[in-house]
Amino acid sequence: MTVKGRVVTLALTAAVAATFAGEALARDFTIASWGGGYQDSQRKHFFKPFADAEGIRVLEDTYLGGWAQFKAMQATGSRPWDVVQIETSELVRGCEEGLFVKLDWSRIGPKSNYIKPAVTECGLGVVVVSQLVAWNPKNTKVQPTSIADFFDLAKIPGKRGVRSDPKGTLEFALMADGVDVKDVYKVMSTPAGLDRAFAKLDTIKPAIQWWEAGAQAPEWLVSGDVVMSTAYNGRISKANQGGHGLKMLWDNNILYVDKWVIFKGSEHVDAAYKYLKYFSDPKAEAAFTEDYTYGQPNKAAMKYIKPEVAAQLPAGDNIATALDTGSAESVEFWLDNSDEIFERWTAWKAQM
Amino acid sequence: MAERFAQLADVAGNGDERASLGLKLRRADRRRKLRAYGLIAPLFLFLIAFFLVPIGSVLYYAVANPEVIELLPRVTRALADWDGQEIPDEAAFAALAEDLKAGYADRTLPKVSLRLNYEVKGFRSLLMRAGRRAKRLEPPYKEALLKADQRWGDLIYWRTIKENDSPVTLHYLLQAVDLDLQWDGSIKRAPPGQRIYIENLGRTLWIALVVTLVCIALGYPVAFLIANSPPRWTKILIILVLLPFWTSLLVRTAAWVILLQRAGVVNDLLISLGLIDEPVALIFNRTGVYVAMVHILLPFMILPLYSVMKGIPGDHMRAAASLGAKPWAAFFGVYFPQTLPGLAAGCLLVYVIALGFYITPMLIGGGGDQMLAYLIAEFATNTANWGLAAALALVLLVCIMVLYPLYQRFAGAGGMKLG
Repeated sequence: MTVKGRVVTLALTAAVAATFAGEALARDFTIASWGGGYQDSQRKHFFKPFADAEGIRVLEDTYLGGWAQFKAMQATGSRPWDVVQIETSELVRGCEEGLFVKLDWSRIGPKSNYIKPAVTECGLGVVVVSQLVAWNPKNTKVQPTSIADFFDLAKIPGKRGVRSDPKGTLEFALMADGVDVKDVYKVMSTPAGLDRAFAKLDTIKPAIQWWEAGAQAPEWLVSGDVVMSTAYNGRISKANQGGHGLKMLWDNNILYVDKWVIFKGSEHVDAAYKYLKYFSDPKAEAAFTEDYTYGQPNKAAMKYIKPEVAAQLPAGDNIATALDTGSAESVEFWLDNSDEIFERWTAWKAQM
Repeated sequence: MAERFAQLADVAGNGDERASLGLKLRRADRRRKLRAYGLIAPLFLFLIAFFLVPIGSVLYYAVANPEVIELLPRVTRALADWDGQEIPDEAAFAALAEDLKAGYADRTLPKVSLRLNYEVKGFRSLLMRAGRRAKRLEPPYKEALLKADQRWGDLIYWRTIKENDSPVTLHYLLQAVDLDLQWDGSIKRAPPGQRIYIENLGRTLWIALVVTLVCIALGYPVAFLIANSPPRWTKILIILVLLPFWTSLLVRTAAWVILLQRAGVVNDLLISLGLIDEPVALIFNRTGVYVAMVHILLPFMILPLYSVMKGIPGDHMRAAASLGAKPWAAFFGVYFPQTLPGLAAGCLLVYVIALGFYITPMLIGGGGDQMLAYLIAEFATNTANWGLAAALALVLLVCIMVLYPLYQRFAGAGGMKLG
């Protein structure tokens, strides 16, 4: 080989060796969240100040939901993340299967500091998201006053945007049909109750437009594609920051509380606990609500939130008649029935 | 080839020279073949290691049934001789209590309880609740468990455990075609509200077929135009076909949403031209799905057609005319049969890719327009029911493999020989 050839080979070998050597070193503390503008805001208020305060490197990743990534982690034994923000059904499953650490609350803060839905065995609440009925006053003369109006095509004609997921939508239909919040899952556990929920949705079926991504609902309301829609409150508030004047109905809204969890066997458990403690700072949480109007886990955060922002949060009076999907009842019901209900839901949806 | 030269050498020279020449030629031939195999060996191994093995192991999930045998071993053994007609005896209940205690302690109980929940709704909470109480159970276990939860007196739970005592199962494959495996081995159709997979498969095959036919109708003339225009125009037209091809699929789909929505560009144009009074529903229905899918898949039809048409000499049509053929007769008799390989290739490409679409129908279609890949994605990434996802993927794979001989007939007949 020529001298040039030998030099090139050596350089390539060194480069490859360096890459693999890099892999062998420990991974830095990694947090995974929803991504997009939401994670940018979390970075601004939580990740970066925490990294600066502790003097450690904080890496980020995106997790968009579902159990598949955790199943793959169990199968391969790899742990790409230390802390992740997940939904309640995955939280319960991961906690039972020993994937997540049972939290030691003495390292985070007294449980009484937090709202009830934010405290669970393996998870600390991140944000309280509310799925509610939203509408654009410019698109309709008659304003809805209760969720029953969502199902009244005579009173308010026009298309309705509905989330393409039975979880949350079936409960919504039952509550609109007059079932009390505390009886919803009892009624849904009976075949007659389930039929009742589908029958209620049948009354507006021809007018339904299904949405998969949170951003679609406010978009359709603003463009006039639908006259009313179920939507996440934070998305509606964000659209209103752009001056669109959408309105929300807090009547019987549905709460989702995502949680932070720590992976068992992670080599950054200390940093993870320190992060959860940092996250509980009421001032930081209040500052976060300026960007995203989601409820905060620390009760004390309400003191620092401006009244006009507080009026848009899923907190206080707004959640007086709300249904919590994180309750033990809800989680048990969906873990048992989601497979069968999904098939019935898909069959029902297909007969449009 | 070596033999041929050996034969010539035979005729030409004397015995010894002949033999050594033949030998040398055969050795050279073998060396050339080995070098050729050596060159493609890395690619071959790569394909096996990173394509066949992963896909094979994922498809194995469609029949794998390890949970009950591995995570409820004692109950499985205790039920080995059980006939399934009456509640099992104390030994089986004792085995169950042992398995519950062990499974809860090492945290494997949730996995098997979710697996059994696929077969009987409510099995999950039954097992998990029993698992939590297992530590406090005392013999006689039959009494204790029946007192804790009288569902243990229901034969269906025990029968389901016994049904799953083998390492492979047809459950997922049958579910993927709307059938249900009963504990005694018989197969029943799923209840009416639960039959979604066959209908979805039929819809997927139909949508892909319609999209392919529309692509032929639109793509053939365009390819003909490009192939038969002067070189300067050819370049521009090819770029016009390729440009949208290079844009991200998601961006194009989102653009269609803006164009087709109620207050969108198309409706505004039609209203301002006075052709309609009210906006027409062009999106969140089948029309929108067809429009967007054809737009995305058209280049896959145009390019193979163009490449084949380019190779057809212009003389052929002129020769046909000079022999007295009318224009359409010349076209169908001379030109069209020669484009069949390109047409077959284009159709195969468009059809197979269309079968796998799911983002476009999800964003542009309505409730009745979802395709099979949507369900596969739902099970693969969301609920992590890999058995069912793999079974559905296998069904789709079989549908595509059935198509291949059809393609061979048309492509082969046109004379597109490879080697």
